[in-house]
This record gives sequence, C-alpha cells and structure tokens, in this order.
Amino acid sequence: MPTRRQFLRYGVAGALALTAAGIARSQPADRVYRAASGAEPLTVLGAEDRAVLAAIAPALLAGAVPERRDALVGSVDRAVAGLPPHLQREVLQLLALLGSWPGRRWIAGVASPWPEASREEVAAFLERWRFSRWALLQQGYHALHDLVLAAWYARPDSWPAIGYAGPPEVK
Amino acid sequence: MIRDPIRDGLAAGWKVTDASRLERDLVLDADVAVVGTGAGGGVTAETLTAAGLDVVMVEEGPLRSSSDFHMLEAEAYPQLYQESAARKTLDKAITILQGRCVGGSTTVNWTSSFRVPEATLAFWRDRFGLSVLTAGELTPWFERMEQRLAIGPWTVPANENNALLARGAAKLGIATGAIRRNVKDCWNIGYCGMGCPTNAKQSMLVTTIPAALARGARLVCGARVDRLRLQGGRATELVCAALDPRGVHATGKQVRVRAKHYVLAAGAIGSPAVLIRSRAPDPHRTLGRRTFLHPTVISAAVMPQRVDGHAGAPQTIFSDHFLERGPIDGPIGFKLEAPPLHPVLFGMTLQGFGERHAALMEAFPHAQVLIALLRDGFHPESHGGAVGLRDDGSPVLGYGLTPVVWEAVRRALLAMAEIQFAAGAKQVLPVHERAQPYSSWAEARAGIEALPLEPLLTRVVSAHVMGGCGMADSPQRGVVDAGGRHFQLANVSVHDGSVFPTSLGVNPQLSIYALTARNASALAADLTGKAAPPSG
Repeated sequence: MPTRRQFLRYGVAGALALTAAGIARSQPADRVYRAASGAEPLTVLGAEDRAVLAAIAPALLAGAVPERRDALVGSVDRAVAGLPPHLQREVLQLLALLGSWPGRRWIAGVASPWPEASREEVAAFLERWRFSRWALLQQGYHALHDLVLAAWYARPDSWPAIGYAGPPEVK
Repeated sequence: MIRDPIRDGLAAGWKVTDASRLERDLVLDADVAVVGTGAGGGVTAETLTAAGLDVVMVEEGPLRSSSDFHMLEAEAYPQLYQESAARKTLDKAITILQGRCVGGSTTVNWTSSFRVPEATLAFWRDRFGLSVLTAGELTPWFERMEQRLAIGPWTVPANENNALLARGAAKLGIATGAIRRNVKDCWNIGYCGMGCPTNAKQSMLVTTIPAALARGARLVCGARVDRLRLQGGRATELVCAALDPRGVHATGKQVRVRAKHYVLAAGAIGSPAVLIRSRAPDPHRTLGRRTFLHPTVISAAVMPQRVDGHAGAPQTIFSDHFLERGPIDGPIGFKLEAPPLHPVLFGMTLQGFGERHAALMEAFPHAQVLIALLRDGFHPESHGGAVGLRDDGSPVLGYGLTPVVWEAVRRALLAMAEIQFAAGAKQVLPVHERAQPYSSWAEARAGIEALPLEPLLTRVVSAHVMGGCGMADSPQRGVVDAGGRHFQLANVSVHDGSVFPTSLGVNPQLSIYALTARNASALAADLTGKAAPPSG
C-alpha cells in the first residue's frame, strides 16, 4: 500500500497523467462520438488500449484460461462500443491512463511495459487497486473486473469449464 | 413455431416508427404523449387509447420481441437494459438493473408480483397525506390488473435455488411464502431476464402495448426524450433525439410530439431527469429527491447437490420475516428472495479474480444465491438518493450508503448465511471483497461480524428504482398529487415507480400497474369529459 505522502505525489502525477491522456484522447474520441449517423463504429479501442487489456485479462482470468486472448479483447471492445457515451469515455480514459508511462509506472505500480508484465505483477496491481483507500482506483479495478469477466462469460467457449450447457432449445 | 405477436402486428400495419431510421425530423400531433413503455407507460397507453384518445408512445430503447430473445446475456444486456446493465450510482457503489426497450423493465423482469403492503400505504397516509390511497381504494385496481396480466399463484414446484430458501428458512422457523407471477402457459425455462422467448410472461410488450397499437396508438422507439418545452405552467411540446440503431449516439434527427397532455413514465431515474432537463418548476426542491433502490446484498452458497440456478422460474419463494420484526420506521428491514443465476451476471458479481474466482465459477452448477432487498425510505435517516445530470444531460443517481443501511446489510448477510447453512450449504460466501468462503455457520458469523462494510467492498445492487417524483398531498412534500398530476404543470402527469414516496418493500411492478390503472382512468375521464368506466 502506498503511504499517504506517496499517494499525494502519485495523486498529482496521476491527475497530470489523466489530463495528458485526456488530451491525447480527445481527437479520436470526438471522431468516434461524431460518427453516429452513417457507418457507426463497432469498436472503439485503439491498439494501445488493446495491449493494456491483453496484459490485464490473463491475470483476471487466471484459472479460467482463455485460449484466444485476441478474441477476448475483441469481445471487450464490442461491449465498450455498446456502452453509453459517458461510460465509453470513462473506459477510454482509464485505459489511456494505464497505457501511459506515468500511469502504468506510478499509479498502477507496474514496472514492466504491459506486453512484458508478468501475470503476478499484473495481479499485484489489481489487488492494490481492489483494496485501495482511493475510491477512484477501486472504481478502476471494478471497471476492469466487470468488463473482462463479463466479456469472457458471455462467450459460449467459457461455459464448458463452469458446467453450463447454454440456453435450452425453444421452438 | 412460437407466434410472435409483435411481428404479426407490424405486418398488420401497426403505426411504429424506428427513430434510428429517420432521415428527417418527425413532428407528431396527439391527444396524449406517453414517455416510456414500461409498467406505467404500457398501462397508460392502453387505458387512454381504450377511452378513444389519440396516443403517441415514445421509447428510448428498441422494439424487440420473442423472435429476437435468444436467451443470451451477450445480446440481452446491450439491447434491453439501461447502459448495457452497467448503470451505476454516482460513486459506482451500486449497480442498477433497469430495462430499456419496448415494455421497459417488464420485458426483462423476473415476473414477481406483489401488492403494495398495507403498512407501506399507512406510512404514506401518515407522512405524505395520501389519505385517499387506502387498501379499499386500490383493491379493485389490483384485481383488474391481476386479471389483465394473468397474475396468479405459481403451481409448478420451485426450482432448487428457490426451494433451498424455503427449506433453510423452515429449519430455522422462518416463514416463507410463494411469489405470484404474471405468466400464461409458462415453460419454466428461467430466462425471464433476457426477454421471454415464448411470450408467456405477460409483460407490457405482449399485453397493453399491442392492445394500444391495435386501436391505432402510435409508437416511436429508439428516441430519447430530451425535454418538455414549457410555457405558462403548461407543456407545449415533447422534444426527443433519435438514436442510432444500437441506442448509443444521437443521430441528429429530432422527434417532436405536440399533445394536449403529457405522461412521464420513463422510470424513477428517467422521469425526474426529463423534468430537470425541462427546467420544470421545483419550488420546494422535491424533484429528483428521495429516490429509493431497495439496496440489495448478496450471499452465495455452494451446495453438495446440483442447483442449476439458471433453470426454472427465477423467483418463486420469498420471506418477509425480517421486514416484520419491528416498526416500519425502525432499523431497516429486508425481504429475502433468490435470483436467477446466469454466467455473465454471476461472474461479474462475484468478488475477486484469477484462480480463486475461477474456482468459484467452477461451482456454478452447485451455486445457490440469496438476495436481501432493504426497505429504504422509512427510517428517519433513510433519505434515499437524488437524481442529477451529467454534463451531457444524461441522468445519474447519487445514493449515499449511510450507517443505517450498513447496519441492515450486516444483519442481512448474517441471516442469509444462516439460512444457507441450515439448507445444507458446504460453503457460504457473502459477496464482499474481504469475505472468504466460510465452511460453517459459526465461522461465517464471526467472519461477517468482522467485515468492513463500505462502498466498493460490499457488492450492492438494485433492480427497483422508486421515487424522485413523489406523491403527496401538497407541493411542499412531493412533485405530484395522489392522481399523478404534477403540482405546477397543469398538463403533465407522472405514471411510474417515481411517484412512490418511499420504497415499497416488495417488487414494484404490480403496484405500478394498479396505481397507473387508477390514475390513467381518471386522466382519461378528465380529458374526454366522460365518466371513468367502472373499476373492477
């Protein structure tokens, strides 16, 4: 657990990182929001967002072992695209924060770049946020938890491991 | 082949507009504009149309019907629920399940049907001056709606998830009862929450709305009501934004409805939000206040036998034992029920991640779950929440989980664990980030007594949003009168769960149906100048 003094430092850095992430994000996000009529986007995550999720999902799903990580990230992407704009914005900000160097290093406390982070390192970060005294970080944990677990258990390939046969035939 | 009454009706020429397809703005004139098509909107539309009034219904969500209901969470939550079933309170501590589709929450609810308890009505008479709302006044309306929606006893044996509540409670001398359901020829499948694939559930989607459409009412779906235009204490126009086919972004096209009267039935977050966006008069700061949730906590158990909580009618057994132990305005009481279990909601709701979470998920077929619904709004320190707007105009509910709520949460977690062990549980796991699976009642009791009860550690959910446009005898105490008429806006009514001045202490659908039937009949009489048809 970070001490209060550490957090104040991290807090300021975090605010800066969040702002920077928001700025970096504003253009593509606006494009997404304005693409409403006509061909609406089915996906909203960028390559960096996907890389963050590809690193975090295996830690959340350790023991459930998704075989096709890319497919799972695609499921999360489609789920995010179906969220209302205010929630999409929050998810994109969270992923941008985690994808930024100060966000990963200082706020998440993950030393390795995401593609190289070990499952243990990621799990330790998730556990810190889960029990953080800062509501914002707890909320971030819950967002990742809910997005990834919902995307996984929505997929029929997750069901055999939990003994669920799927819905019955109705005709 | 199951007949799909919605597709049949569309083929027969019902006047339904999917606003996502509009290429130019749409302007409609009507006698009455009804905002929302859930329990309140559906009953209102049928009642007014039957009285000969020209009705336009506006629904934010899509029109989906039995042919679309594939019993898949991946489809149902984004299509049929507010915010993809990820709606949360401002601090993200409470997850809120609400429908967003034609039929509203009635399309996706679990069919539990209760009349508002007399103790709740007595409290309303005493504290909110609602002297007209007696059991005698409401009984004919309950009877009428019970008949209309085939509400009656469920005679098929309870599924194991519910039966375990009955058996565990019986061992402890705790009384349980059978839940009545609004179903006809139900197949006992268990997927009510994803839209009924057999049209057995007598939701608004297959009852009142088809009846209204068959009599010429119009329905615009995929349109989010932005605001009422107000002038001189009256509403002059309803302004709506058309949404894209997935209901996420506005397309830029508008739908406007000009009517003699406007009925808000957008649910207890939606209706106050429309009035706030409309800058409706709120001289006593009652609008959007006193919003109640039946804050609900969860206890999961692992049974030696298979439970298969996804299968069979989802809610058939309840216990009011812990509601009836003290005065209604004393320490908060709670109702016990069992919820249906499906992989996405179960997986998202269970605490933790990784190997431990996966191990819990492997117990899915053996999982038994109880929920405790806290009766908020009666204790002097239970004020509920408040609806506000985000920068983009979307509504958000702030709800403070105060010490009187947490005190009840601990009692509820203890009561559920004791019942589950009495029912034979091998392990009980309160849904709380700091809880571990407990192997005995003694261990669970010690563990639960020590749990830090805080937001974001304790999982709290709600499927019953009530209040925010509360009824009262005077504008100082509420937003609408006992007939649902707005105190300051002469031609605006509210017909949904937002009129309840407290929570109900029971699942709300039937109480909304009955109160709406009463108020919509009076409104019809008022607008047509003809006496209301006899009730009952």
